Amino acid sequence: MIYFDNAATTIQKPRSVKRAVYNAIDTMGNPSRGAHEPALKAARLVYDTRERLARLFGISDPSRIAFALNATDALNMAVNGLVRSSDNIITSMWEHNSVLRPLYARGAKLTLIKSDRLGRHDYTFEVKENTKAIFINHASNVTGNVTDIKRISDIAHKNNALLVVDAAQTAGCTDINVEDMGIDVLCFTGHKGLMGPQGTGGIYVRKGVDIKPFRTGGSGIHSFDKRHPSDMPEALEAGTLNCHGIAGLNAALIFMENIGTENIYGRKKALEKRFISGIEDIKGIRIYGDISAEERACVVTLNIEGISSDVLCDRLWTEYGICTRAGAHCAPLIHKALGTDDIGAVRFSFSYFNTEEEIDKGIQALKEISEL
Amino acid sequence: MKEKRLYTIITFSHTTEAMAFEKRCMAESIPGRLIPLPVKISAGCGLAWRMAQEEYVIYSDKITGFEGIYTLEM
Repeated sequence: MIYFDNAATTIQKPRSVKRAVYNAIDTMGNPSRGAHEPALKAARLVYDTRERLARLFGISDPSRIAFALNATDALNMAVNGLVRSSDNIITSMWEHNSVLRPLYARGAKLTLIKSDRLGRHDYTFEVKENTKAIFINHASNVTGNVTDIKRISDIAHKNNALLVVDAAQTAGCTDINVEDMGIDVLCFTGHKGLMGPQGTGGIYVRKGVDIKPFRTGGSGIHSFDKRHPSDMPEALEAGTLNCHGIAGLNAALIFMENIGTENIYGRKKALEKRFISGIEDIKGIRIYGDISAEERACVVTLNIEGISSDVLCDRLWTEYGICTRAGAHCAPLIHKALGTDDIGAVRFSFSYFNTEEEIDKGIQALKEISEL
Repeated sequence: MKEKRLYTIITFSHTTEAMAFEKRCMAESIPGRLIPLPVKISAGCGLAWRMAQEEYVIYSDKITGFEGIYTLEM
């Protein structure tokens, strides 16, 4: 099997991740729910993971990071905790349903940042007086195009709006420094580029930004207070954390530190470039997105003329053992911008553990299918 | 019966602060350990740092900025 569906989830994890989850199940108590050794061991692990995430994302105070189930969970916290129906919210055609559906449900007025046929943002959008925030995808999970976050941040802050960034596809794929980039809220998942277990992720909230929790309950502190704690991270962490998963994420972050993030990001980019240069001359191929851009998110989405995207995806799996993703990728608006809302497309997405040989087999498979 | 003695108890506004403090104490060899928050201070739950009072006197200049610092006989 060749696994090219890493934008959905990575299944090739560092071995240390699996061991860490197993050991955590065997030894860890409930973090911040006691002072005995198993509980403290869990609490230390959780704190250490917060510190590693803070280093990775350029965050000076680890307590500003709360753990979440995934990016969708984090984005729901951000939307439900920040947005009122009377607010104007700016968002883009790149957004995943994890942003769009919560925004639609809140009933806020939306202004959409438009995309061209290469899926690039039109940065000349209008900010209104009642614009509360800009919710922006750091990288499209369909085209692999990457947002110029600093440019959006400057626009947001010049107009007293908050910047909320969906880093589902970029955490573990490209540099993120929230303080340098001017990000107020960062939502990320642990099971994609960060190579941790499913059920892990988090939200960074800049000091001074108040996200009202939509989930309240046990916090391990102030038990007689009728209100849930308002301090980060407890404010957004009601209930027992997924400590076993966080142990795996911790191991994944250590793996990344040992290899060097620049080496991990560089390898993925090299694999993506090799793939693009191998397929761009295939007869009838249509690659979506700005493949000439220097910064991309290791995602390549395409169609081959005359072959339905679902059939192409299924043939890659059944005839070549290659895992890809067909359909609309839960991102309906970017498919409209690309003109693929009726036909879908096939997405290839790469990980640090893919090899050049696998890339070449993927290229060969597409060549063979296109010739038949 | 275990003989009682005076301890300094340091309380935190949240668990993350407690874990950060424990890490610093380990790195800087500040004595003490995390214990359940004593009910004499608060009947809520949570963690507190306990160290012998005579040791607190030695390290007190390194222990500032916390929610509360108490002396308890335990």
